[in-house]
Amino acid sequence: MMRRVLIGVAAFGLLLAACAEENPVIAPTGTGTPPATAADCAAGVTTYVNPDTLTVGTDNPAFPPYFAGGETKENPDWEFNDPNTGKGFEAAVAYEVAARMGFTSDQVDWVVAPFNQTYKPGPKHYDFAIEQISYTEKRAQAVDFSESYYDVNQALVAVKGTPITKTSGIADLKDYTLAAQIGTTNYDFIANTIQPSEEPGVYNSTADAVAAINAGQVDGLVVDLPTALFLADPFVQEVKKGVVVGQFANLSGEHFGITFEKSNPLVGCVNLALQEMKADGTLESITQVWLSEKTNVGEVPVLS
Amino acid sequence: MAYSRSDAPDSGTIVPGGPVPPGSERRSRLLEPLRQEGAKGVMVAVVSTAVFFGLIGWLVLRSPNWPEVKQLFFNGQEFRDTFPSIAQKFLRNIQYFMIGEVFILAYALFLAVLRSLPGSVFFPLRLLSIMYTDLFRGIPTILVIYLLAFGVPSLDIPGAPTSPTFWAIVGLVLSYSAYVSEVYRAGIESVHPSQIAAARALGLSRWQSLRFVVIPQAVRRVAPPLLNDFVALQKDTALVAFVVVVPEAFKMAQIHQNADFNFTPLLAAALLFLLITVPLTRVVDWMIARERARRQGGGVV
Repeated sequence: MMRRVLIGVAAFGLLLAACAEENPVIAPTGTGTPPATAADCAAGVTTYVNPDTLTVGTDNPAFPPYFAGGETKENPDWEFNDPNTGKGFEAAVAYEVAARMGFTSDQVDWVVAPFNQTYKPGPKHYDFAIEQISYTEKRAQAVDFSESYYDVNQALVAVKGTPITKTSGIADLKDYTLAAQIGTTNYDFIANTIQPSEEPGVYNSTADAVAAINAGQVDGLVVDLPTALFLADPFVQEVKKGVVVGQFANLSGEHFGITFEKSNPLVGCVNLALQEMKADGTLESITQVWLSEKTNVGEVPVLS
Repeated sequence: MAYSRSDAPDSGTIVPGGPVPPGSERRSRLLEPLRQEGAKGVMVAVVSTAVFFGLIGWLVLRSPNWPEVKQLFFNGQEFRDTFPSIAQKFLRNIQYFMIGEVFILAYALFLAVLRSLPGSVFFPLRLLSIMYTDLFRGIPTILVIYLLAFGVPSLDIPGAPTSPTFWAIVGLVLSYSAYVSEVYRAGIESVHPSQIAAARALGLSRWQSLRFVVIPQAVRRVAPPLLNDFVALQKDTALVAFVVVVPEAFKMAQIHQNADFNFTPLLAAALLFLLITVPLTRVVDWMIARERARRQGGGVV
């Protein structure tokens, strides 16, 4: 009896082992001389999630100013903003990258990729994700990052007329209750650079943090500058009577990168596309249109 | 009078030929089959254990994504970097369940007593207690916590605390009291009616017989399941993480997880919970074994 059980266990194990057989590794084609353009590079890649389609992931809802087109009837699953419209900073960057790699806008497919699932191990259901993910050395152990498509400064949002709006430097911020979204570099910045005497609040989403400042539970929010300008926008007023107190100098070289499954050969192609976009000024003009003109980045004082 | 034996003070003594000494009972269940089969049994057990765990280990280690999973879930450097800060926040979890347990024990006993009040006149109180238990046992604890932590502060009642942590702990107390009151009730109902009759015959009032005769016996009998619920409560303090702003162990682990794109901090948090819950579970096992020994001892006399 015992032996039969053992044989059963062993057979079951072997069956599982057979199922877990390693997938054949697909080597990127065109080894030898590196491809000169993003289009050449992308044409040589065979590992797309769906053939002849560039599948792009981002979080849902997709927030302004990174996504803008509003809700659409064609894609009702996207809340607030449908990335398929191509409007908003990150949507525009993604479509431009896709174009450089030889995809028409019809060949770009958007899928929902929540932030905290972009780095789980295993295959991804998108070719790359673009959702304001800041590069850090540790994060780069879990996913591959593209080059920077936006060098991001952090900023402080508060309510007009409150004492915190009078501060002029990081040292003055120690005595206030600050909050950020969980897992963001914004939280790291509060905890490690500002080092407030009061423990910072950690919210599961930016929306929760906004609710907290509107309810007077915290004095200020630390978010990235474009988000800050959106939250305090006089016409949007996500934060009631909100103002951007200031931005913090980007000393650590923080930047957003497009993320990929580890060792996805597309990284090189997207980097080529970004380099082309930087060289001919396209990235600069996309940034101008969707971030600077819409949100007046230049006018925010720097707190140091 | 077997039932009255459970009150006897000599609970530790062993009746000759009676049950095995307390504590050894559990171990014997795991190992007893080996003893019966002798050397051959031991060998089979060793081989089957080695094959079983070896197979699992082999399957995991040779899976195509293992190097990636190891890097993301079992990262020694990440563990060393994050464990101290998570352990520090775990003090909050300890605080939550210590405070919560005190209120749960008191409040649940009150509910159980309400439910066991005799006579028609107390019908509404019994009904209230039953409805309460049904309601809070029927709602997932996390929902109770969410509704209270987000709902009550929004009411803006003057003087009422607005801290989500406060209301999250209230949620734990409300929910757990429903379970614990049922444990108490089982204990109260296990006290033989003749005990109450005897107490009344001695001239004790209804309240006095409950207070001095029924409840002491009931609580003693249900101590192991009460401790069991206490272990469960410790784990569920992690639910508070979903609503609180100041991080406890689980939330701190999530902060590191998202900041570093690494899941190892979650394992660090799990380890902290295990450090508390496993020893306590062993204590519960030991108490149950002792209780069983005592009852069986009573049966022999």
